[in-house]
Amino acid sequence: MTHATGKVVGVNGNLVAVEFEGQVSLNEVGYVLLGDKRLKSEIIRVRGARAEMQVFELTRGIGIGDTVEFSSELLAVELGPGLLGKVYDGLQNPLPELAEQAGFFLERGVYLNALSRETVWSFTPSVKAGDTVTRGDSIGSVPEGIFEHRIMVPFHFGGSYTVDSVVEAGEFSVTDTVATLKDEKGNQHELTMVFEWPVKRAIDIYAERLKPADPMVTKVRIIDTFIPVSLGGTYCIPGPFGAGKTVLQQITSRNAEVDIVIVAACGERAGEVVETLKEFPELIDPKTGRTLMERTVIICNTSSMPVASREASVYTAVTIAEYYRQMGLNVLLLADSTSRWAQAMREMSGRLEEIPGEEAFPAYLESVIAGFYERAGKVRLKDGTIGSITIGGTVSPAGGNFEEPVTQATLKVVGAFHGLSRERSDARKYPSIHPLESWSKYPTIVHPRKAEYARELLFRGNEVGQMMKVVGEEGTSTEDFVEHMKSEFLDAVYLQQNAFDPVDAAVSTERQVHVFDILFDLMACKLKLETKEEVRHYFNALRQRFLDYNSAEWDSEEFKKLENEIRGMIDEKRGEYETAAQELLEEINA
Amino acid sequence: MRKVYSKIEEISGNVIAVTAEGVRYGELAVVHSSHGDSLAEVIQLSYDKVSLQVFSGGRGVSTGDEVRFLGHPMQVSFSENLLGRIFDGGGRPRDNGPTLEENLIEIGGPSVNPSKRIIPRNMVRTGIPMIDVFNSLVESQKLPIFSVSGEPYNQLLARIAMQAEVDMIILGGIGLKYDDYLFFRDTLEEGGALSRTIFFVHTASDPIVESLLVPDISLAVAERFALQGKKVLVLLTDMTNFADSMKEIAITQEQVPSNRGYPGDLYSQLASRYEKAVDFEGAGSITILGVTTMPGDDVTHPVPDNTGYITEGQYYLRNGRIEPFGSLSRLKQQVNDKTRKDHRAVMDGMIRLYAEYRESLEKKSMGFRMSEWDNKLLKYGYLFERDMMDLSVNIPLEQALDRGWSILSDCFEPDETGLRTELCKEFWPTRGGEDAKATA
Ligand SMILES: Nc1ncnc2c1ncn2[C@@H]1O[C@H](COP(=O)(O)OP(=O)(O)O)[C@@H](O)[C@H]1O
Ligand SMILES: [Mg+2]
Repeated sequence: MTHATGKVVGVNGNLVAVEFEGQVSLNEVGYVLLGDKRLKSEIIRVRGARAEMQVFELTRGIGIGDTVEFSSELLAVELGPGLLGKVYDGLQNPLPELAEQAGFFLERGVYLNALSRETVWSFTPSVKAGDTVTRGDSIGSVPEGIFEHRIMVPFHFGGSYTVDSVVEAGEFSVTDTVATLKDEKGNQHELTMVFEWPVKRAIDIYAERLKPADPMVTKVRIIDTFIPVSLGGTYCIPGPFGAGKTVLQQITSRNAEVDIVIVAACGERAGEVVETLKEFPELIDPKTGRTLMERTVIICNTSSMPVASREASVYTAVTIAEYYRQMGLNVLLLADSTSRWAQAMREMSGRLEEIPGEEAFPAYLESVIAGFYERAGKVRLKDGTIGSITIGGTVSPAGGNFEEPVTQATLKVVGAFHGLSRERSDARKYPSIHPLESWSKYPTIVHPRKAEYARELLFRGNEVGQMMKVVGEEGTSTEDFVEHMKSEFLDAVYLQQNAFDPVDAAVSTERQVHVFDILFDLMACKLKLETKEEVRHYFNALRQRFLDYNSAEWDSEEFKKLENEIRGMIDEKRGEYETAAQELLEEINA
Repeated sequence: MRKVYSKIEEISGNVIAVTAEGVRYGELAVVHSSHGDSLAEVIQLSYDKVSLQVFSGGRGVSTGDEVRFLGHPMQVSFSENLLGRIFDGGGRPRDNGPTLEENLIEIGGPSVNPSKRIIPRNMVRTGIPMIDVFNSLVESQKLPIFSVSGEPYNQLLARIAMQAEVDMIILGGIGLKYDDYLFFRDTLEEGGALSRTIFFVHTASDPIVESLLVPDISLAVAERFALQGKKVLVLLTDMTNFADSMKEIAITQEQVPSNRGYPGDLYSQLASRYEKAVDFEGAGSITILGVTTMPGDDVTHPVPDNTGYITEGQYYLRNGRIEPFGSLSRLKQQVNDKTRKDHRAVMDGMIRLYAEYRESLEKKSMGFRMSEWDNKLLKYGYLFERDMMDLSVNIPLEQALDRGWSILSDCFEPDETGLRTELCKEFWPTRGGEDAKATA
């Protein structure tokens, strides 16, 4: 099929209008020829013989009559071994390699191979001539870091195939032929280790979608215990600027118990990605002994990079996530920030003069957001292995007000809501996730009834706090006051967590369960304290001990010593159980 | 020879349209009218219709005026000769010096490849405890002062500029009052910094479109100097005027506004400027300090709101003081672990207690009885505001940390501070405990 060609007839920001001859399709890639440069673009509207294209580069210098070449291909990414550890822009252009070529600045029109053609991989076949395969089936594998990277029949191969030949185990580059397949009509197809897949189409080659039920441990206490996320689930982190969205995602990208992390730095600060970029190659993942970079892919299309490729970047990220899920791995995709992606859509929609919806966002905003999160999920693959994609997106609501289109559209589709609060971040209560307003539909890592009990305490404690603002401390009973202090204490030593303390920064499931039980014990019993001053002193001292305890290495001497002191302090003032706690404990033990 | 077009077909606000061929997007043209010449930039092409934004404004342009395309986008001269000079928003001399035409460079160039960036690492000491202790400023940071009009933000800007150890300063004035411009000039002159300063000043009475050029010109020049190894500090005041110019222009072009009249790309527009802040490995750096005045003291207003999402924090100036709440340096953790080991703890602990003080103050104002704890907090808040927050305080970081411990020990017992025992043991002033008991 010959590709269509066209001429530029209009330029408006990064939107270029083209009159074309031949056939084109929506989301097809074309190139605007500008001198010796080819500027990558995507068709986003077709009317008669006129196509409108978003250009993924600065459009400065484009003129009427410039030639446009279409590719007949949709915007796609390259899939194959070697993605891990890479840093790409929104169109999968490798940034470090680009820098080698172009220096400090991003040069437009330079597109490099996403996967190195030189690297050799040691391929071991898993099929033999005569075997029948369909798309997504493994024909062999290569080791990629600690993973067995499955070399699969390309996902766009419809129908079933017979393996004609397959190479012996050996060293191959991604473009070497490793197998030949024959389709039902007898046509031959040579397979390499790399193929392309259009980013806006979800990869759905699995036997069954499963309910996300196993925890995706983040090692952030407030999340894992109170507003957990499951493998294959979705969650969002809305919050005003400076509340801690990015830091929370950075912490999660380091500590989350998943196989692979895809970081999509979408339209925010370049400097923040640099931290990940420079630190991950140095940080050793204690579980694998490898650097964190070896389990990470960074898609980096920060705020000053072209806005059209920002729109594409989240799709690039999720497509790579889906590819690794096909290998039976648990992938976490962190997107910061989905609002910038939505704004990229808004900018384009404005240029297309579409009828605007609320706050000038396009009318299709909700369905596009839903479609994106829908690409998360836990699946059983055709060979029975389980893989998952968990998606966590930050939302940057205008004015920090959650009643805005992007936050609202996101809340409709995600399984957990981690709302950050300006009040808490102002008071340096990190992570500043609001413990009462946030919610999750996924199961906790501690005993669910105990978590429920603690959460109720937080609610009541907060109510007392509110009431005290009206009636003062003197108008509050000591009983209520204790309730309040307990909830403040739980907040200070458990909900809050010091991201910069080497120990406190990441708390294992085991430790969370252990520590939570001690706290539950305290929350469950009445305390033999008379005056409010006495209550305050008690909790101050206990808090002090507990903070030290939180920074003590798990199971160390120091840890045990402090734990004994804490238990001693609790036992010293222990009264009988609260009625609700008593019932709960009986129920649990029954 | 470029063709001259002598029929202007549309004039709407600051935008004119002509029928022309061979014109490129972003190209510059000269509009020759009876009031003189003005530059204009191509902002839209549709078949042979070319729309241009006229820098000196559409007012007075007549349909018979001449338009001559220059075949290149907006440029500015770059050389050492810029130093000590004063230009307007369009890069023309405002002083009596010569027009510079050598070594022209394009403005608004491509952004830095993120993989070439390095993690910022040098603290910029200012002698202001609210900055040094609580929100350290870092070389290559982009950080605005959020303020209502009437606050001494330009004074604060000038003070930081004078105290920061940089090689050169570029002042980009956007809608700057003439008096403020004189103030900057005088302050820099007194400090002996004038000869390493370049001014690009658009004043409130200059054409509005020209204000849009100021950040780009300032930053393009800064970028070149930084590549040559200079540590450049760029001051942009006031970026709200920049955003308002964009709003005005978007409205006359009948673009669909996203929020309170501002165009939907406000975020991207601001970001492409602020993201020019950078530390070049093996060369110099650009640090951007801006001013963002908040209409109606409303931080959720689209301009401060979008700015806050872009910049690496903000200093919130209010009642002549840098507020601890709302103020933030996002890069502080890159440097405050290398200063003194109590730095972070003092920073967090003192702010937490100050937050509690504010609560007690509120309770007090509602007429509640103050508990013993409230009274401690009230005393603490008073000392904190007097000895730390007041902008007249000008002491080095280490002294400010010591002062922090002394305030804490004047008001509290160690375990009331929430600071780790080990740190209290080391830094708690010995006499403090006694004093606190005596005065409590
Ligand atoms: N968990 C945390 N612990 C300590 N400081 C934090 C934490 N989260 C955020 N901060 C502070 O707040 C600043 C802003 O956080 P960031 O995640 O960049 O906010 P956002 O992405 O919501 O704008 C950080 O630079 C840091 O100083
Ligand atoms: Mg952020």
